[in-house]
Amino acid sequence: MNLVESASLPPAGLPGLDPSWSRLANAPDHSGRICTWHLLDSYAQRSGDVPRLTLVCVHGNPTWSYLWRRLVQLAPADVRVVAMDQLEMGFSERTGDTRRLADRVADLSSLTEALGITGPVVTVAHDWGGPISLGWAQRHLAQLAGVVLLNTAVHQPVGGPAPALIRLARSGPLLNLNTVHTSAFLRGTTALSGSKMSKQTAKAFRAPYTTSQRRVAIGDFVADIPLETEHPSAKKLDLIAADMTEFEQVPMLLLWGPGDPVFSDLYLGDLMTRAPHADVHRYEGARHLVSEDDERVFPDLLRWVANLALEQRTGSNPGAGIATQQVHRTRLWDGLHEAAERTPTGVAIVEMSGAGRRVTWRRLADTVDQLAAGLHASGVNPGDRVSLLIPPGADLIAAVYACWRIGAGVVIADAGLGIKGMRRAIRGAAPDHVIAIRSGLALARTLRIPGLRLSVKGLAAIARIDAPMPPEPSESATAVIVFTSGATGPAKGVVYRQSQVAGTRDVLREHYVINPSDAIVAAFAPWAVFGPTLGVASVIPDMDVTKPRTLQAVALAEATAAVAGTLLWASPAALTNVIVTAGALSAEQRRSFDSLRLVLGAGAPVPLPLLEQIHELVPHADIRTPYGMTEVLPVSEVNLPEIRAAAGGNGVLVGRPVNGVEVMISALDADGRPVGELTDQSEVTGEICVKADHMRDRYDRLWATNYSASRDSGWHRTGDVGHLDSDGRLWVEGRLAHLIVTARGPVTPVGIEQRVQQLPFVQWAAAVGIGPSGNQLPIVIVTSTDGTAEGLLDVDSTQMVRDQIPELDIAAVLVRDELPVDIRHNSKIDRKALSFWADQILAGHR
Amino acid sequence: MRVLVTGASGLLGAATAHAIANRGHEVVVFQRRASGLPFDEVRGDIGDDDALTRVMVGASAVVHLAAKVSITGTMAEFERVNVEGTRRVLQSAKVAGASKFVYVSSPSVAHTGAPIIGAGALPANPQTARGPYASTKAQAELLTLAQDEPDFAVVAIRPHLVWGPGDEQLIGRIITRARAGRLFLIDHGVALIDTTYIDNAASALVAAVERAAEPSVHGRAFVVTNGEPRTVAELLTQITRAAGLPAPTRSVPFAAAYGAGRVAERVWQTRDSEPPLTGFLAEQLATAHWFDQRETRAALAWVPAVGLAEGFGRLTSWYQRGAVAL
Repeated sequence: MNLVESASLPPAGLPGLDPSWSRLANAPDHSGRICTWHLLDSYAQRSGDVPRLTLVCVHGNPTWSYLWRRLVQLAPADVRVVAMDQLEMGFSERTGDTRRLADRVADLSSLTEALGITGPVVTVAHDWGGPISLGWAQRHLAQLAGVVLLNTAVHQPVGGPAPALIRLARSGPLLNLNTVHTSAFLRGTTALSGSKMSKQTAKAFRAPYTTSQRRVAIGDFVADIPLETEHPSAKKLDLIAADMTEFEQVPMLLLWGPGDPVFSDLYLGDLMTRAPHADVHRYEGARHLVSEDDERVFPDLLRWVANLALEQRTGSNPGAGIATQQVHRTRLWDGLHEAAERTPTGVAIVEMSGAGRRVTWRRLADTVDQLAAGLHASGVNPGDRVSLLIPPGADLIAAVYACWRIGAGVVIADAGLGIKGMRRAIRGAAPDHVIAIRSGLALARTLRIPGLRLSVKGLAAIARIDAPMPPEPSESATAVIVFTSGATGPAKGVVYRQSQVAGTRDVLREHYVINPSDAIVAAFAPWAVFGPTLGVASVIPDMDVTKPRTLQAVALAEATAAVAGTLLWASPAALTNVIVTAGALSAEQRRSFDSLRLVLGAGAPVPLPLLEQIHELVPHADIRTPYGMTEVLPVSEVNLPEIRAAAGGNGVLVGRPVNGVEVMISALDADGRPVGELTDQSEVTGEICVKADHMRDRYDRLWATNYSASRDSGWHRTGDVGHLDSDGRLWVEGRLAHLIVTARGPVTPVGIEQRVQQLPFVQWAAAVGIGPSGNQLPIVIVTSTDGTAEGLLDVDSTQMVRDQIPELDIAAVLVRDELPVDIRHNSKIDRKALSFWADQILAGHR
Repeated sequence: MRVLVTGASGLLGAATAHAIANRGHEVVVFQRRASGLPFDEVRGDIGDDDALTRVMVGASAVVHLAAKVSITGTMAEFERVNVEGTRRVLQSAKVAGASKFVYVSSPSVAHTGAPIIGAGALPANPQTARGPYASTKAQAELLTLAQDEPDFAVVAIRPHLVWGPGDEQLIGRIITRARAGRLFLIDHGVALIDTTYIDNAASALVAAVERAAEPSVHGRAFVVTNGEPRTVAELLTQITRAAGLPAPTRSVPFAAAYGAGRVAERVWQTRDSEPPLTGFLAEQLATAHWFDQRETRAALAWVPAVGLAEGFGRLTSWYQRGAVAL
């Protein structure tokens, strides 16, 4: 028997819920009967005020308006937040009726009418609130200003099964047991939160559902999920899904917890297909209750909402990609074809590992064309994403160029992210297809890739398919999704369009004066991919490119000799090992380095002593270190003589911007926030900002990150901190996330570390802050050259460290056996982890 | 301005009386024993209303330091001096028409035993404060601040671990133990601790007297420190070195030290002398407590003039002179 119970206000004392937000409101339901709703209303005490915008927030099952409490709290004064408990749910009336999807859409419409919500509305919904809110939105297009969806669905994704957990909950006898008679479903939902939700908060989510009678609607709601086509709500859901085309002109934001076992990334993909214009932000690590799991969700949502109005005023949306410059550049595959015409039998690629494969220009050009035709015929379409899990070499290069020729984007997640990081990165990029070596296919199997799953060995068969060449894609087609190293949080996907990759190529060609007589020694993976478009030969040394430390001097010499290499690009870790193993070189092998005219050390700061050693080994080459990042490379460059002359400055000298790059600084305020107007004034420390034609388009599915990094129109905020000197040269002082914000203002770590490393007993040093931001203490952590045990450094040595940094009060110096570094570069110090470690120790007994 | 300093026989009381006089104010001191200070003096117990009335005559400001600070004693003794005594001094100051009242408190009034990491002056809480000293100081601070009125400006200053040449409370105890070869570290002395060199504590109290009526000052509590947190190991090393003694090298785990302290408290309850260690002391020596000094410095328009390095230098000279005199 269904319970009939009137609406009520929530009990006092629920965490984060202000009783003054709660009100009861009467409105006729779909059948015309007057029902009482409980709702949170940020204007509950301000009746008569007219908001600029109203957020109508629809919860799912089995939550209630409590889900939106922080949105009510955070909303600015001119934004009204209305979050209702749906009828039969939360603290709204229990009428005893079973309400289907169409009924609930009508109920909600009637409520907003009764509340007099006539101005612009952004709908906000979670879970099965999604279809209801979209149904409402379709009925109110005239006042609809935007649509925000959090972990929801409007349809089963093509080819995807119903969410397993929902299917289980729906399965016959289990339904009532799970949802009504016990609170298992209810408890399951709060347990679906990834963060450890506090007991009080979990209890607050359950507060309206304390008895089985009050839970009846939870069961009805689950039963109303149309998994079968003959289901009474199936038609309505299909209609809502089909009508999403009506939202083409409506700004849409999808905020997603990718760890949701119910509404997985497949559902995000389905929504993105239905609304290709939607802004998307995936919160890595968050699950079903995304707004409980990541505290950035509601601030980001409100920023997006504030930007809606901005957009009407200025027409610019910093969350979107960089507008493609209409500079005509040669297509990415042109250089390869030109070389094939010029020197068909000339060598394009040499692999030093295994059998030492050599591929001619003619062969490479033909293979790329055949693969492009074959892959296109096999279902790889322009705009698709193809994950390539292939080590650098001829196969990778051919696959990349074939995809580019089709207009498909390649997803390059390198093993430097670690297996877990790779899987997370690929899942985030949601590739349509995968081409991989065997171990890569095994990894891809867990990722539910809908399209082609091809092994590298299968490429030969694809190349044999007799199919026409696909038409040339647009220059604005996505070319590649690459990933940041993840040294400061989960790796972020970075999207480049073809024009932007071509821009990078042109900067490299112009800056390094590359011509067909050059040959690249690609000990740093990206170089290998640029060889063909530059029209120059490349050799990939026999090494595990994902483990730069494995590069042996002999392997490098043999690779250089194989093509008479002129350009070497390697990471500092690889160069270090070359020096360590240089003793094994024969006189002849040493001489093979004479062909090198340029050595680039990049990926991370290269210490001066290492550069000097390289100079001894390769005396004829110009030695330089470019500065850049996954989002734009190169930014600036410095050579060995300049580095020699620069000792003693604050930070690492990275030189003058290369041609076509502008660098400005956004000064830090006392709290370490980069709020200053962009300036090129010297000696101002702040966030390094870069503008260049060849920079990234945007971050992938990270709307808020992109918004923040692109907030100065046309510029990229790097997250690095540094300054320009009076000669216009750039110095890097550390990461924004690693600032030490003391009571006397922010302090950057790199300069401190360099000075401490001058002490004879110090091998490596890291400077971190502990304590609350704004009152942090600077702490130095060192690895010692003399085997000092982990723990506190002795008082006299501590004093020597302090004397190196007289302008700061270093509270303590700790010794560690080694410093934690990132996997990819093996050199970026994880200062966050060190700060946490130091804080734990120096807090003493807890 | 005539300023009354209670408890002037102690290290901080005497230094404060001198610092106030050096600013050109008239000083009168009140304590049980002869202070030996070159100021007007009334001797008496804090429970002696007549003596308090006499000493208040003409005073427009009071710096109230008199307190029972030992680490042992019954709750009743602490209450009599720290709570009731403070109530009497406050009362007679008001009756006498003083306009400023600086209560010398302690950061321990807000210390629950958990580490304090960069926090400001949290509210005093007699329920959570550890031990009778901290608990009674918390009660007294609350009742003092409650008396803040437009023409009676009340400030609470909480100097943290005051030390300097001649200090018996902290330095004296450490040196005594070091001489006996019984000074050891707890958990390797890794906890970061703020301390206050004596001159800085005194100058902060002078600043509090002079700025008590400022809107950003009266009615509030401020923690005062040197703002140079150091590990316990480093502090003990510097102190023992100043006295020409070897630095402590032995370390015991916290649990053992705390247990021993609790046992000692019980054993020493029946003796006249102090126990070598108490549970409270073990906790204090093993737990970080360092503070946010930004508000204190801004409100009092004060900065510590003597840095730690300078302070340890002065301590070293003092011990060296003492050695010569011996």
